[in-house]
Amino acid sequence: MAQLLQHLINGLAAGTIYALVALGYTMVYGVLKLINFAHGDVMMVGVYMGYATAFALGRQTQKTFLGVVLIFLVAMGGCALLGFLIERFAYRPLREKPRLTALITAIGISFALSYGFQLDIGFLPGAAPRAFPEIIQPTEWLVIGDRDVVVWNWQVMSLLIAVGLMVGLQWLVFKTRFGRAMRAVSYDHRVAALMGIPTDRVIAVTFMIGSGLAAGAGLLYAIKDTSVSPLMGLYVGLKAFVAAVIGGIGHVPGAVVGALLLGLVEEFVVGYAASTWRDAVAFGILILVLLVKPGGLFGRVAAEKV
Amino acid sequence: MSEAVKTLGEREPRPPLLTVEGLKVHYGAIQALKGVVLSVGKGEVVALIGANGAGKTSTLRAVSGMLKPSAGRITLAGQDITGMKAHLLVPRGMAHAPEGRGIFPNLTVQENLDLGAYLRSDTAEIAADQEKSFKLFPVLRERRKQLAGTLSGGEQQMLAIARALLSRPQLLLLDEPSLGLAPQVTETIFRTLREVNAAGMSILLVEQNAHLALSMAHYGYVLETGEVVMAGNGKALLESPEVRKAYLGE
Amino acid sequence: METSSVPTPSPGGLPPALRGILPVLIAVPVLLLFDRLLASAPFATYLLSIMGVNVILAVSLNIVNGMTGQFSIGHAGFMAVGAYVAGVLSLSFKETALSFLPVAASDQVFLVVALLAGGAAAALCGFLVGLPSLRLRGDYLAIVTLGFGEIIRVVVQNTDAFGRALGLSGIPQTSSLAMVGFWVFLVVLVARRIAYSSHGRSLWAIREDEVAAEAMGVDTTGYKVRAFVVSAFFAGIAGGLFAHFVPIINPGSFTFVKSMEIVVMVVLGGLGSTTGAIVAAVFLTLLPEALRSAFTVMGAEGSLAQKVDQIRMPVYGLLLVALMLLRPQGLFGMKEIWEVLPRWLPRRRKGLA
Repeated sequence: MAQLLQHLINGLAAGTIYALVALGYTMVYGVLKLINFAHGDVMMVGVYMGYATAFALGRQTQKTFLGVVLIFLVAMGGCALLGFLIERFAYRPLREKPRLTALITAIGISFALSYGFQLDIGFLPGAAPRAFPEIIQPTEWLVIGDRDVVVWNWQVMSLLIAVGLMVGLQWLVFKTRFGRAMRAVSYDHRVAALMGIPTDRVIAVTFMIGSGLAAGAGLLYAIKDTSVSPLMGLYVGLKAFVAAVIGGIGHVPGAVVGALLLGLVEEFVVGYAASTWRDAVAFGILILVLLVKPGGLFGRVAAEKV
Repeated sequence: MSEAVKTLGEREPRPPLLTVEGLKVHYGAIQALKGVVLSVGKGEVVALIGANGAGKTSTLRAVSGMLKPSAGRITLAGQDITGMKAHLLVPRGMAHAPEGRGIFPNLTVQENLDLGAYLRSDTAEIAADQEKSFKLFPVLRERRKQLAGTLSGGEQQMLAIARALLSRPQLLLLDEPSLGLAPQVTETIFRTLREVNAAGMSILLVEQNAHLALSMAHYGYVLETGEVVMAGNGKALLESPEVRKAYLGE
Repeated sequence: METSSVPTPSPGGLPPALRGILPVLIAVPVLLLFDRLLASAPFATYLLSIMGVNVILAVSLNIVNGMTGQFSIGHAGFMAVGAYVAGVLSLSFKETALSFLPVAASDQVFLVVALLAGGAAAALCGFLVGLPSLRLRGDYLAIVTLGFGEIIRVVVQNTDAFGRALGLSGIPQTSSLAMVGFWVFLVVLVARRIAYSSHGRSLWAIREDEVAAEAMGVDTTGYKVRAFVVSAFFAGIAGGLFAHFVPIINPGSFTFVKSMEIVVMVVLGGLGSTTGAIVAAVFLTLLPEALRSAFTVMGAEGSLAQKVDQIRMPVYGLLLVALMLLRPQGLFGMKEIWEVLPRWLPRRRKGLA
């Protein structure tokens, strides 16, 4: 019983991190109808930015409250900028081209980032994973019985952050003028422009928000894993994508539910079956969902716009 | 170019609001517009008629910034707006209710209307304008909380026009407002258009229904394969044998 | 809709069946000759074999990515299925020989059987992966194929019979240039036939506008799945061949990187152009080798020559982006080399002709 509870907690904690990354996918898909393949890799770059900042701050400062805030700010701001640049120079020129061109571009960027960061030339970090500093000292937030069930502080933190951001995004999308513009752009950006909506700016800002979120999520992931590597983006990104699809891509709460579900299933597979199968689980679920309910749990089947 | 245009009847002199000269538009290798020349005066209703594929929609799109013209010059209230992006033209007084109504079905009626006033910040005035549009189209008030996609065709057209009016335009571009609508609904919509025109708004109207368009318009242009081939005041065009033969089915 | 392939009219007067085989009849002796000539040059043989395998992979991926507008990025997964199935089969029949045949011939029979089994297994996987395309748009399918590749990797790493992470070694090295060349010809032939059949025209229709194609009565789903099956089959064959001329196969040979390499070949050659895929596959196989030797000859430190492999991958990524921005149609667009080349060459003056 205690073991089950512990798995439940670990699974939810892992799921919240997927959720944060999945929100970025879903937002960008919402406005652009583009699966931003490079999303996970942007996240990875953000983690390295955080890593570099922590390094620059030094052992003492990086653990202070201000230090941690600075690390998150640098990573999230840097990623927002990176997202902006990618959108501006790689996706925007292709907006009126066939969808396949943008998809191939996204795949290309993903590949360039994840393998570019494996080089050890100049500032690039090289392929080997690096230990991510313990900027947040892991402490036990709640202990039940004789350490039967342990809840860590970072688990609670990431859950709170994920739920908070989800609520915030729902509010942004459905209650604000910008959100209205986003939804209009999502349906038809040409008609949205006729309302005076600066569509390019709306799309760019959406990209920046999504990329910033990803950086935050990536840092939480790195803190949990205590490591950072060039390929982390590919894997976390793919799983987050799977989560977004499970929930119904473009659907904000769906992405969170899908992510929590995926986190739980993975945790139970590792706990009760074999850890080596973990990476296959996400894709197995993906293929299953797509076969049975292609629109995801909450989405409608996305019939292609003619 | 202009020598080839046959002109019928007198045009009431007005200060120009929109002028289009030598407008050309290409879709890839296909040339959709081959040098369209037209103008709309302040407070004038101008109709653009022609067969399918004559270039009516392309003309509207180029004027409102949805399309980038490959050549030509467009001015609005004396300022060159050629090639300017659509969202920059809205604050200059351009409103375009596009082909196929262009409402946002995934947003509520209220949200659609709010988007019409996207660039305005005068809350009180917006509310007053919205009241006015509810007076023009009472059905929209009843449906304001509904998703726009659930409206009937006529209601969607009303929404599209009401939304366009909420930006307080000087010039309203309308693309086929009568398409697929029942006669009574069309009647309501055209009555409304007369009212807003009487209040001073200029309208550039594209219509398949040439009779409807020309009987309302002060002036009209006939478009054929991307060129203006005939122009004249609404009445004169309606009475011209060529127009009657080609577009009124007589 | 039935698959009944419409017999192509034969202007040459030859019966269609014979016309199909004719290139093969010419090719096989030529290849055998090559094989003999290069017998004393193992590296050249190896490089040409890799090139052949890459051509098979690129041409077969082009059937899906180029001709239907679907986008698979898990081609290495099918290659892995073929390699492992064929490899395991060959390993288990290593000691067996057909007594009524000379040893070399018996080896080749076993090789072909193993290849076909690998191809069939890959084709089955292609069917399973193609199924989601029943209801999905291209971009989802891209992720599904990627996921499939990952699943294959995980399965291999967890299966003793496949040697887990260590891989399989000791597979009989029975592949030859002639065998590789034979399959290259076959895949090109099949790709051409598909492109010019009514089936091919349906695939083009799907690529251009799926909704419209469906409205016109094209059974888009059936064609997409079939394209996937054929494409996967040849990827499986390529994997099988690969397994029979490299000393060891392990999950590392069939990662996302390999899939991307094939994608880059197809995109560079021009989505939909078979000859484009071939040219790009040859070029991208030779380029790293050429760079490596160039660096070595120039006397650069060994590290630079080694870095070629490392730098290759991010360059592929950037190449994709650059191509999409500057020349999305690739080298040849959807055309074939003989349709494009004359326009590139300086036009002859009328008086001279």
